Amino acid sequence: MRVPLSWLRDHVAEVPADAEAVGEAFVRVGLELEEIHGTPELTGPLTVGRVAEIEELTEFKKPIRFCRVDFGDTTREIVCGARNFVVGDLIIAALPGAVLPGPFPISARKTYGRTSDGMICSAKELGLGADHSGILVLPPGTAEPGTDALPLLGVDDPVVELAITPDRGYCFAVRGIARELAASLGEDYTDPARRVRVPEAEGPAWPVRIADEAGCPRFVTRRVTGVDASAPTPWWMQRRLLAAGMRPISLTVDVTNFVMLDLGQPIHAYDATRLQGGIVVRRAEAGEKLRTLDDVERTLDPDDLVITDDSGPIGLAGVMGGASTEIPLDKTGSVDVVIEAAHFAPTVIARAARRHKLPSEASKRFERSVDPQLPPIAAEAVANLLVEHGGGRIEPGRTDVGAAPILPPVRMPLDLPDRTAGVSYERGATVARLTQVGCAVELETSGDGKAGSTTLVVATPPSWRPDLDLPAALVEEVLRLEGYETIPSTLPPAPAGRGLTPAQLRKRAVSRALAEAGHVEVEPFPFVGDAAWDALGLPEDDVRRRTVTVANPLDADRDRLATTLLPGLLETLVRNKARGFDDLALYTLGQVVLPHRNPVPMPDPGVDRRPTDSEIAMIRAALPAQPVHVGVVLGGDREPRGWWGRGRPAGWQDAIEAGRLVGAAAGVELRVTKAELAPWHPGRCAALRVGEWVVGHAGELHPKVVEALGLPPRTCAMELDLDAIPLQDARPAPRISPYPPVSVDVALVAAETVPAAEVAAALTEGGGELLEEVRLFDVYTGAQVGEGNRSLAYALRFRAPDRTLTNEEANAARDAAVALAAERVGAVLR
Amino acid sequence: MTENLLDAASLDAAVKAAVEAFDAAGDLDALAAAKPAHLGDKAPVLLARRSLGSLPGPERADAGKRVNAARQEVQAAFDARREVLLAERDARVLAEESVDVTLPWDRRPRGARHPITQIAERIADVFVAMGYEVAEGPEVESSWLNFDALNFGKDHPARTMQDTFYLGEGQDSGTVLRTHTSPVQVRALLERELPVYVVCPGRTFRTDELDATHTPVFHQVEGLAVDKGITMAHLKGTLDAFARAMFGAESTTRLRPSFFPFTEPSAEVDVWFPEKKGGAGWVEWGGCGMVNPNVLRACGVDPEVYSGFAFGMGLERTLQFRNGLPDMRDMVEGDVRFSRAFGI
Repeated sequence: MRVPLSWLRDHVAEVPADAEAVGEAFVRVGLELEEIHGTPELTGPLTVGRVAEIEELTEFKKPIRFCRVDFGDTTREIVCGARNFVVGDLIIAALPGAVLPGPFPISARKTYGRTSDGMICSAKELGLGADHSGILVLPPGTAEPGTDALPLLGVDDPVVELAITPDRGYCFAVRGIARELAASLGEDYTDPARRVRVPEAEGPAWPVRIADEAGCPRFVTRRVTGVDASAPTPWWMQRRLLAAGMRPISLTVDVTNFVMLDLGQPIHAYDATRLQGGIVVRRAEAGEKLRTLDDVERTLDPDDLVITDDSGPIGLAGVMGGASTEIPLDKTGSVDVVIEAAHFAPTVIARAARRHKLPSEASKRFERSVDPQLPPIAAEAVANLLVEHGGGRIEPGRTDVGAAPILPPVRMPLDLPDRTAGVSYERGATVARLTQVGCAVELETSGDGKAGSTTLVVATPPSWRPDLDLPAALVEEVLRLEGYETIPSTLPPAPAGRGLTPAQLRKRAVSRALAEAGHVEVEPFPFVGDAAWDALGLPEDDVRRRTVTVANPLDADRDRLATTLLPGLLETLVRNKARGFDDLALYTLGQVVLPHRNPVPMPDPGVDRRPTDSEIAMIRAALPAQPVHVGVVLGGDREPRGWWGRGRPAGWQDAIEAGRLVGAAAGVELRVTKAELAPWHPGRCAALRVGEWVVGHAGELHPKVVEALGLPPRTCAMELDLDAIPLQDARPAPRISPYPPVSVDVALVAAETVPAAEVAAALTEGGGELLEEVRLFDVYTGAQVGEGNRSLAYALRFRAPDRTLTNEEANAARDAAVALAAERVGAVLR
Repeated sequence: MTENLLDAASLDAAVKAAVEAFDAAGDLDALAAAKPAHLGDKAPVLLARRSLGSLPGPERADAGKRVNAARQEVQAAFDARREVLLAERDARVLAEESVDVTLPWDRRPRGARHPITQIAERIADVFVAMGYEVAEGPEVESSWLNFDALNFGKDHPARTMQDTFYLGEGQDSGTVLRTHTSPVQVRALLERELPVYVVCPGRTFRTDELDATHTPVFHQVEGLAVDKGITMAHLKGTLDAFARAMFGAESTTRLRPSFFPFTEPSAEVDVWFPEKKGGAGWVEWGGCGMVNPNVLRACGVDPEVYSGFAFGMGLERTLQFRNGLPDMRDMVEGDVRFSRAFGI
């Protein structure tokens, strides 16, 4: 909402000259300041001229006009690209030596083969609003040619631009924001709606029937006959429209816009001669069509509220009028105007504007609610201005059907604002502030007036404040007008918190452990496309292909929510590689989205009470599972080459180790077993298990996946479901023996197909309680151990809890360990 | 012969010869080689000592003193020389072992946590220290929790597919990617015993195209306190404490009236940022207010008995001004240089 200070001065007794101060006063009461459009920098000769002659130049790409312009004592020749003027029009020209905002200095120059001795200006070029659709044509008689144009422009009138929050529909009018400004400044305010005298009417103006009272509670018409169709809009009104960011069009359009900006009531003007019979307000019928003012034919929805006459729909109520009944711009002679000022239900208009993608000045206001008492006042204001500037006569009748909805009074304890703010306001502040915003306020004492009784405020909101529907809303009015800066800063009494949960602590530990081990955390988006699954080589029936779809994705090729972290991580890996980084270790922690096989519909409980436990359970059941996963991808060298020698490429081992590291940070020793799962290399993939339960996979990626995604050769990856790892709390303390250990090495020969982990497990179990540690220190294959075999050399460390272990005891334990390994996996001592 | 060995002149000569020989030794090996001749079994002073027995009593005592003194003198010369040579050798060895300590040893690449993770953790810690608990919730959320329970009317513009990612068949699915972390507040009120003091950091989604100042996937942190007698002064106090924790002791906050469906009264929060580019000043930080009684009611909390405040900030926005982040895309592209700059 843009408003020049001069307009505010019409309604507020004293407005500071300093626009910044005005802006601050608005901010204090909750209107957001977008911008202050200061006085445009205009200097030099800006002069009113009259177009004396127009020569059309047609030899150029676009039509150009070469004009002779009369400036009283001189005549100048000026080239102009606009076409919205005729001989005899008054224009403003910037003559050589003038500087327009920009800065844009004007000089006599050669253009289109002629010498242009100045420039004919548009409103925008003069720093007057945003209109650049043509040059600015002044109404006849505004000034004599040769007059200095600067005073006409009202350049000393800064414009304040405010953002209006959706609860304050009444602030989409100078009437409303002036009220706020007056309250903020403590100045007197005159309501412009009260300045309009609405006389008694005789009979109806134009018959109206409301067939949908919910959508249209009130509809007023007024009729003005004999308005001069070509009467110009007075310059002062044009200037205000321009400053407010609108484009002057014609007297009827400008007057309706001006009254809308001033009071907040959108108004429509019909050409009475084009209306066919009485007006009916109803919902559209399926398939009905309407050509709107913007010349677009729209198919109506049965939810659309329409204004109709005998011919069918003639307007999309509260959004845009129809082309068939508008007053033609080229109309000459006199025009017979029917003025419509109605009240529509906000949600009906909001839905229609959204459905037809038509956010208009009218819909913007109706959506946020318009004062339902305004229609007869605004219609009268329009009629008066039309007669004043266009002649004609206001017909004695007025149609006013329906009624303004009545806002119920709101009751609250008198001290509720104080209790909410934590402030003791001055006595009477609450009543004064509520009165200031327009409420009718009464005090009521509950009980008998003795101890224990409370004083209640009964505030009946003014018609323009339907948002004041709760005690909390009244509280806000008091607090914001008293000023938020008066609210002190105190801390609430500290509750006894329980700190982070074990799951939260674990997530931190995992993230830190990965970072400390040299992985870099990244945050890829969760959006993927089906193509990602093909690239990963997932089989058609892979559960990870069952995804939740985004109905309105930003990128149609990525309309699924990821069921695995790998696509995002691998994409990030490729991006880093493209930026010149070869050695990469990336990780991420995040929720993945796993839909249920048979999704249940989402319930929609009301909001007037807590949902029942079963409704809450249904919401839970309707949402997909969203476990927290941890993913790691590795490419290039895990340890880089350097002056010390060669690098060590990242391998399947590093991916598995990353998984085990996550397990360790989560307090469990993950078990590693061989697995086969896309997208991993079938011979280089491990399952990570807690007991028998698989929580994730790790290893080298399948060469086809590496190729399909353009990954570095032998890229490795790990992903596990952190939520699947049981939380470990209160781990038992170990018994630390102070006695010396006995270390024994054994080399066992077993078939190559026997996993090392199984050999180690057999040794561990067979070694019994004395065996403290089993450590593999050598793996050998070769002729010495036979084809298809390998030798695994283990260092076994034995220790007794209560004595120094003898070599004999250690050897006996070793023999038992080896014996079990022989029995379990056929390993023999080398 | 014996007398010769034991006379003072002979002993002096032996001592002198020993001292000269030891001093002449250039290193520990040479010194060791010189030792037997002057301190070994055949050395003059030892031969002299052995010959003492042949002397008569009175003379023997006298000569014994001389011999002992001479021997001690030789031993002392040896020890002194050895000490010097040892010190020389140690110094030489240390000098020889000297290395270029500026050679890089970055064999183990450095990892890093994302700055969003770090700032979320920092904020959580600030509030945990104030007695709050950290609450979390799912990113795919029901419309009821994301909108209805938060007092968004059925026709509120934020609900449109212009702003909100809908899942499944669209707006009727009742399932969204949460547009803010506020549904976690609702969950906290539904699931926890009163009073509730929670802080909710998390990932949120809106349908903004990615550019230098917007990202469709971003992070927020929200705080919620619902208790008996909670006032807006408590909100202000909590925000001030938060600001001081994040931006230093000089920082404070300023509230401007505003509007949000889930709070009434509502306010925008500006924070005084001492390190602001171009000089200390106010920076827009987030939104806040007193929990709307409609929200409390939808969560089964009696607004006649309990009141509460809530506030929320964007983590990207906070990093943007706190750390001078030039481009929002750096947050999401995963360039290793970005996270590494923030360390672990």
